This record gives sequence, structure tokens and C-alpha cells, in this order.
Amino acid sequence: MTGSAGNLLDRRWPEEGVHRVPYWAYTDEAVFRREMERVFCGRGWAYVGLACEIPEPGDFRQSAIGDRPVVMTRDLEGGINVVMNRCAHRGVKFCRARRGNARRFVCPYHQWAYDLKGNLKAVPFARGVKRQGGMPEDFRNEDHGLERLRVTERNGVVFATFSDEVEPFEEYLGPMLAWFDRVFDGRGLTVLGYSRQLIPSNWKLMFENIKDPYHASLLHVFLVTFGLFRADNPSKVRLDATGRHAVLVSSKGEQRKSDATKDMENLREDFKLKDPRLLDPVREYREGTVAMLTLWPNLIVQQQSNTLAMRHLIPRSADAFELAWTFFGYDTDDAAMTTRRLRQANLMGPAGFVSVDDSEVMKLSQDGVRPSPDAAGVLEMGGREADDQDHIVTESTIRGFYRHYRDVMGF
Amino acid sequence: MTVPVELRLEIQDLMAEYCHLLDDGDLCAWPALFTEDCFYQVIPRENHDQGLPLATIRCESRGMLEDRVMAVRDTAMYEPRYLRHVQGAVRMLGAEDGVVRAESGYAVFETLPDEHSRVFNVGRYLDEIVRDGGRLRFRRRICVFDSELIPNTLVYPI
Repeated sequence: MTGSAGNLLDRRWPEEGVHRVPYWAYTDEAVFRREMERVFCGRGWAYVGLACEIPEPGDFRQSAIGDRPVVMTRDLEGGINVVMNRCAHRGVKFCRARRGNARRFVCPYHQWAYDLKGNLKAVPFARGVKRQGGMPEDFRNEDHGLERLRVTERNGVVFATFSDEVEPFEEYLGPMLAWFDRVFDGRGLTVLGYSRQLIPSNWKLMFENIKDPYHASLLHVFLVTFGLFRADNPSKVRLDATGRHAVLVSSKGEQRKSDATKDMENLREDFKLKDPRLLDPVREYREGTVAMLTLWPNLIVQQQSNTLAMRHLIPRSADAFELAWTFFGYDTDDAAMTTRRLRQANLMGPAGFVSVDDSEVMKLSQDGVRPSPDAAGVLEMGGREADDQDHIVTESTIRGFYRHYRDVMGF
Repeated sequence: MTVPVELRLEIQDLMAEYCHLLDDGDLCAWPALFTEDCFYQVIPRENHDQGLPLATIRCESRGMLEDRVMAVRDTAMYEPRYLRHVQGAVRMLGAEDGVVRAESGYAVFETLPDEHSRVFNVGRYLDEIVRDGGRLRFRRRICVFDSELIPNTLVYPI
């Protein structure tokens, strides 16, 4: 437990409202436990994986929702299932391979066997041995399957929920659905590869980072130098009615100094790439050269020029989260487009020219807030409301996120 | 064809210089250990084993190595750190048409200010080495890393 006031019930959000974020929200393990229940396993559709990762019957892949391990499977009828990776018998995390193909899952401890939908199919010695032991007469396999989640798939992306009450996915996304469909337009998806990093900060700082265009034009010298993202680019932020989802959209500008860069102390106008093939973007979408979609509770859909990636947030503790990247393209991509995506991936991930800055600053944030749970951050750029804005000099969508967060968490 | 002893020693020197430049030397001198048309990448073992092309670092020329060095030095923001490369014995896989193929294991330790040194990244180098401009250089170096869950960031080359 970190902080002077240890009891969750004692936590009070600052009176000012969503333009303040108390630092205990990033450090208190009791808050983290409640987040796992209410944010990740409550009323929301959580990202699990891409359907193209399990194309064949019997294919499976491990994933996670919050701190809970799950397995995404393709059953023999072609349906997608998401089950808890926790044996119904004694709780063993039965699936060890990260991915694979199987007809059934067998727990290594007592060899309880499940089909791809999570139904319990076999219990060794259920009838005892030599008329001794065994399960009671009224033990029924159908009462002891794996915990199954509700699943939805839209244009190749798989989401699941523990909730019986959450609205259909399309309704859940609200106005963000159009931004989701912009990237996932029904074309087949191809996984280009994975990247994983353990970031020593609270998971919410990742959402804040992507919802915060204010920093992008200041922290990311690389992006700004090459005009990939600047304060004077045509840009906007949009939220859904709850504030839980948002999108940041921007269009590429020029590599030159301007009013918008004069506040940047270290802009390198003279910086030229020795090998310009690194940045050879081709426009793919009608609106925007960058669109970062943040979907409650655990997904960032990244479209930065020609890099497309799912950033899956997997919290480990109040102090750390795994960021699991799945880079992908379309099955209609030619070889040149695939190479372009792979080259531009140098900007993203744990060694990215841009995203290194973010991961490093998140660690510094955590280091800064850890000893001061009762202090609070200030979010007043672009006003104190959580509204749509047609520029990037704003923290509006972070305020939207915390508006919903406070509702869900009861703070 | 087997690799002559003299050439083996010269390869050892190249590899030792590689580690020195990344750990203690001038990072700007590191790209010169590669040919102009080199291919260098740092790739998670998961991707490599599955034939997935996505790399954590992908450089398709010495120019791209130089661009990465410039980004590390001039545009990236990160906490200062020390790296320490420890390379295992080099397994010579053969020499044909002036190209030596070799494989070796490595461990990279990372030390951040106020933190204990930690194992940062372990894996293996898959190399193609050629004589170019009077010295040996890497034509190809693939760093396949086992440590797939990267502790925060991978700033410097492996």
C-alpha cells in the first residue's frame, strides 16, 4: 500500500473535478484492485485479439483482460470463444503455450479436459477406482466448464466481456464506431509481428499519453522535426457521450519553423535523414494522417502514417503494466506497402523514435507521483470541460476519461 | 569451407570492437562496422520463429543506422543508462564466396541511475561478415532476442 490514507473508502477526488487527478489514483493498490473488477471486468468490451491470429479450427492464443489470463479459441464450427485460463477444478492456469492448435485443453494437474468452447468433457476417475472414491452421483460436467466470456467480433477484431449488461459493441462505441471502421473496414488483416514491453508506470498514464496531443508537439522532437505531428497541423479531438472513448486526428504538415514550434527549445530544422526510405508515407485514409483511437478499457488503435498497431494494455500492478503491440496490415497490401509499414515501425514500439519518449516519461511520471499520493495533477489545457475541440492544444479527452472513470469507480 | 584461424581472430576483433563502441565508445563510429548496404535488425524471438517480419529495430542500410544514432543522440528523451554487452563464443557456420556466416549468444546488462544492474536483453546474433574497404564489416546482423518483455525501452542498439 502506498500513500498516507490507506483505506480506499477514505479516497476523495479533489473538489475541483476532472481537471485534477489525485496521485493516489496511480499508486494505491486498493484502487488498482477495484479497477480490475470495475474497469476491466465490468461493463465494457475489452480487446482480446485479432480473428486472423486464430484462422483455423482448434487455433488458440493466450491473452488477458486486466490481470486475468484468458484464452481465445476457434472452435470446430468456426466460432470464436474466450475462456478464462483457469481450470474449473482447482484454479490452475492450464494453458501454457502462447499459441497453438489443439482439439481440447487438458489441465496438467488432474487432467480435467475441456473442449474449445470451454465445456468440461472428461474428469479422470470420476466414477472412482475399484468402486472407491470418485465424484458424487450428482456431479455434472456441464456445471463445471471454464468461465466463458461474451464475445463479439467486428471486422476482424475480437472483444469480450464479463458483463451480462453491457450494450452491443456498436452501441458501446457510439460515435467512435466510424473511427474504428475507418481502419477496420472489412478488409482482411495480416499480423506483421508482436512487440512487448513492461512499462514501470500505472496503466492510466498510457491512456493519458495518447489522449494528450499537447505533449506530442513538445516532447516528440523527431515527429515535429519531420512535420509528422505539429501544433499547427489541422487536428481535432472527439469523444463519445460518456468520455470513456476518444480519438485524436491530425494531418501532416511541413518540416519548417513556425509560430507553433517557437516554444520548442530543441527543434532540429537541420536534421535530414541519411536514408529517407524510413519516412515515405502514402496516404491511406480520406481524413487524417494520424488517428489514435483510445477505447475503454484496454485498447489503443494506432494509425500513424502507415503503421497500424493494436496497443493492448495489460495492467500488472498499480506500478506497472505490460504494453502488448500487435502490428498489422491488410491482406490487400503489396510488398512495397508491407516494407513501408515495417520501416515506419521504427518510430513505434519499445525502440521507437517516438514512443521511447513516451515510455520514458511515463516512468518519470510514476517516479514523481509515487511519494505524493495526496497531491494532484492539473488538466486545464483547452478549458475545464470534456468536449470536442478542433485543435490539439488541449487535455479535453483526458478529462473525459476521468469523468467516466470516476463514475465507474465511485470516486 | 572452414574458416581459417587468422580470419577467426579478425572476426573476434570486429565483435569486440562492436561491444566496445556500444558500451564505452563513440556511438557515431558504430555504423562504420557495417557495409553500406547492410541489413541490421533487432527482432523478438517470437516473431523470428514464426516468420513474422516485424522487428523492434529495422535498418536496411548504413544510412539508417546513422539516422538511428542521430535520433538516439539528438531527438530522443530517455534516462541516462549504461549498457554492458557480454558475448559468448562465436560458432562459425561457414565461409563461402567471401561471406562468413557466424552465430553467437549475447547478454546485455543495463544499469540505470539509482538502480541495481539488471539483465536487460539476452539472445543471439546471426551474422554475415564480409571484407569491405580493407576491413571486415557486418553485411547482415540479426539480433534475435529471447527477452521478449522489454523492461521499458530499448534505446541503444543491441
